[in-house]
Amino acid sequence: MRFDTVLLARDAEGLFWMARYLERVENLARLIDVTQSFESPGYETQAWFGLIQINADEKNFEKRGFSPDATHVKRFYLLDKGNPTSIPANIEDARTNARTLRPLMSTEMWRQINVFHRFVSRILPEDLEGDALSRLCTKLKDGVQAHTGITEGTLYRDQGWYFYHLGRVIERADQTTRMLDIKYTTMLPRDGEAKRVAELTQWNAVLRAGAGYHAFKRHARAMFSAEDVVDFLLRDPSSPRSALLCVRRAEAYLEDLRRIYGLSRANEPMEVAEYLREILTEKLISHILATGLHDYLDAVQIQLQRLAAAIGRAFFRDWRPDEGQFPAETLDASQSQSQSSGSAQTAAPDYPAGGKAEALA
Amino acid sequence: MGNRPLSDIFSHAWPDYDPGRYFCELTKPRADAGPVPTWLAERLAKIGLTELRGRAAAAETELIDLGITFTVYSDATAIDRILPFDCIPRILTFGEWDLLERACKQRVAALNLFLGDIYSKGQIIKDGIIPRELVYGNANYRPEMQDFPVPHGTYVHVCGIDIIRDEHGDFRVLEDNARTPSGVSYVIENRHLMLRTFPDLMAGIRLRPVDDYGRRLRAAMSEIAPGGLDDPQVVLLSPGIYNSAYFEHVFLAREMGVPLVVGSDLVVENDRVYMRTITGLRPVHTIYRRLNDDFLDPAVFRPESMLGVRGLIGAWKAGNVAIANAVGTGVADDKAVYAYMPRIIKYYLGEDALIENVQTNICREKEGLAYTLANLDKLVTKPVGESGGYGITIGPRASKEELETSRAAILADPAQWISQPMIGLSVAPTLSEEGIGPRHLDLRPFIITGKESWVLPGGLTRVALKRGSLIVNSSQGGGSKDTWVLADDFGKGGAP
Repeated sequence: MRFDTVLLARDAEGLFWMARYLERVENLARLIDVTQSFESPGYETQAWFGLIQINADEKNFEKRGFSPDATHVKRFYLLDKGNPTSIPANIEDARTNARTLRPLMSTEMWRQINVFHRFVSRILPEDLEGDALSRLCTKLKDGVQAHTGITEGTLYRDQGWYFYHLGRVIERADQTTRMLDIKYTTMLPRDGEAKRVAELTQWNAVLRAGAGYHAFKRHARAMFSAEDVVDFLLRDPSSPRSALLCVRRAEAYLEDLRRIYGLSRANEPMEVAEYLREILTEKLISHILATGLHDYLDAVQIQLQRLAAAIGRAFFRDWRPDEGQFPAETLDASQSQSQSSGSAQTAAPDYPAGGKAEALA
Repeated sequence: MGNRPLSDIFSHAWPDYDPGRYFCELTKPRADAGPVPTWLAERLAKIGLTELRGRAAAAETELIDLGITFTVYSDATAIDRILPFDCIPRILTFGEWDLLERACKQRVAALNLFLGDIYSKGQIIKDGIIPRELVYGNANYRPEMQDFPVPHGTYVHVCGIDIIRDEHGDFRVLEDNARTPSGVSYVIENRHLMLRTFPDLMAGIRLRPVDDYGRRLRAAMSEIAPGGLDDPQVVLLSPGIYNSAYFEHVFLAREMGVPLVVGSDLVVENDRVYMRTITGLRPVHTIYRRLNDDFLDPAVFRPESMLGVRGLIGAWKAGNVAIANAVGTGVADDKAVYAYMPRIIKYYLGEDALIENVQTNICREKEGLAYTLANLDKLVTKPVGESGGYGITIGPRASKEELETSRAAILADPAQWISQPMIGLSVAPTLSEEGIGPRHLDLRPFIITGKESWVLPGGLTRVALKRGSLIVNSSQGGGSKDTWVLADDFGKGGAP
């Protein structure tokens, strides 16, 4: 068994981002579906605008000339190719990355992305109407999940596989925390029993958006509280989309890169992941809720961005031992992409002169 | 042979099929084709037009799904196009292929000897075989190559030679492509597509396989690597995903099992080339580049090029990396030099060209000029410096005024002109709007050369899908066919 297969830094980054783009599509499709299916009558606009807030798209949404109503939000995310956070734009970016990664991917993976891309680029306004929307969301989720399955079954498990999965779990943790943050802060103010019923409905929707509704029900007390839901989404050890599980996976992937492939550069991102795990486990949920969930989730998200940046510094950039730091901001914004259109054609970054090249045999 | 002659089957199933005065690659009787054309005709007739169309459509969908496409960029949109695929194969017999193969090897050998000569002593010029200014005044001559010998004397590691067939069925070389010829991926993909979609057309017919290309290419790239390395690091250098041939670059990188890199993945330090990997810099020994000379190294060629690698030529001159094809091969596949190829072959190899050029009159020479001027209305005149059909006058289709303009231009600077007779390209049955009709085609075999030359059996058959059109280029409505090279020699004593 040889472990010295070559992985270009650019390709490692491409795999990382391809996974992130596709993960975003699945999350967004689920969120749209849940918003549609479980919106509170009378509060539709607020519910739909929550999507804009989750993605921190307020400015972008306005700039592109949309107004905050259900139709416009749907179009913004499902039809607007010019909106970089839309599903068509994410698929476009994923496929562009797939093109650069084609030599590393199986034919089945490439074919599925190609066909899925064609499907997404042909979404029509009428697909967003009435009951068609839920069917569309199902197809979008199916598309990403087919990708996931084909990847599981065919992607060669060398270093590249780990970078792909690092991208996936980091994005997933990011999405879960964003969703929780917005849903929690936009809870509708009500009183008494009405409040309790309304909240229950909303917490159920939040669980569905986190793809954890049924699993949660199996575990939760009959009269569950907000605390239970937050705990489940953030730190359930078994829910595939809980922030803690994702972070633990990231740690394990980094550990494998270090142990199996001898990549000692994994140390720095591992430290960040470890710190992140501590943040996620150290405090009681009741304490977090009492002192402010929003600030807490903000802190978690900043650490997720630090983790992505640390992985970038360690592996994706032009690095060499004992030399130059790379500006952290190049990778810091986790919502902005790095690897999509154009990178294959851009010039080599400026190079610090006089370095000693290290060639690993 | 079957009981019914081929012409019967064809005139029964496709009564309107009429190749006219052109050589038909299926219906023209060829002694060494054995029963294969008859089988093919029978099977096509049995499948029938409707089913053929249905399967052809499915095959095209398959090409789109698999992204076997080239991308056309217009304004802000990117459109993925497939190279249209025609499902009726073109057959080359054992004997025809034997000739083509030997002719291709001969031509590549001459091209390499010529390049080795002009980039060293220039004996062929001193001997007066080819005019000095044609070589050293050529825009594709690269002084950087002067007096830097290459391993095994090979400059053209991958060559594509465009060959046509005239009304008599004689092969003629139309053009040499010695820079970065493309199209080989379609040869292999077309075969796979045929095997999946038309197994019943192919059953029991033994063909020369096309699967070996990647392995052969990798072997040649290893043979030219510097320093006798056991397992040199080969990479394929692509301009990136926006290049129209990007699919082919991916295909070849995969088939060779080597990384596909773009310029920014490579870096030169102390005259050595490295690629940037997750573990740092790793040395690179051979670069199969699909990038034109002028983009390769901004320090030497176009300074604004962002696709290349600064310092690459320096590393090459230091002997630390091999580049395939070598820089500066463009001087050998130029239109003006093409006209001299028969003499170049004779000069270096002492042989006549096994497949002749299309008869070419060189207007810089007295005889050629006189003949051209006397026969302007019958000839195609071409300026040597241009490509893409610019400045061409097709005599038989030109008006009096156009002919006079052309005459004046030639007289003003005869050295800039060549002339050729109009060639009626051979045809083959092709699925078309009228059913199955004759369409013109050419052939581009691919030759790989490291220490020695190897020719991929068959090559890319391009077909002009428009009725009557002689232009096979994909940009102008051309498609491609699977090219069958029969593995059995039916010529000597019938079927084996």
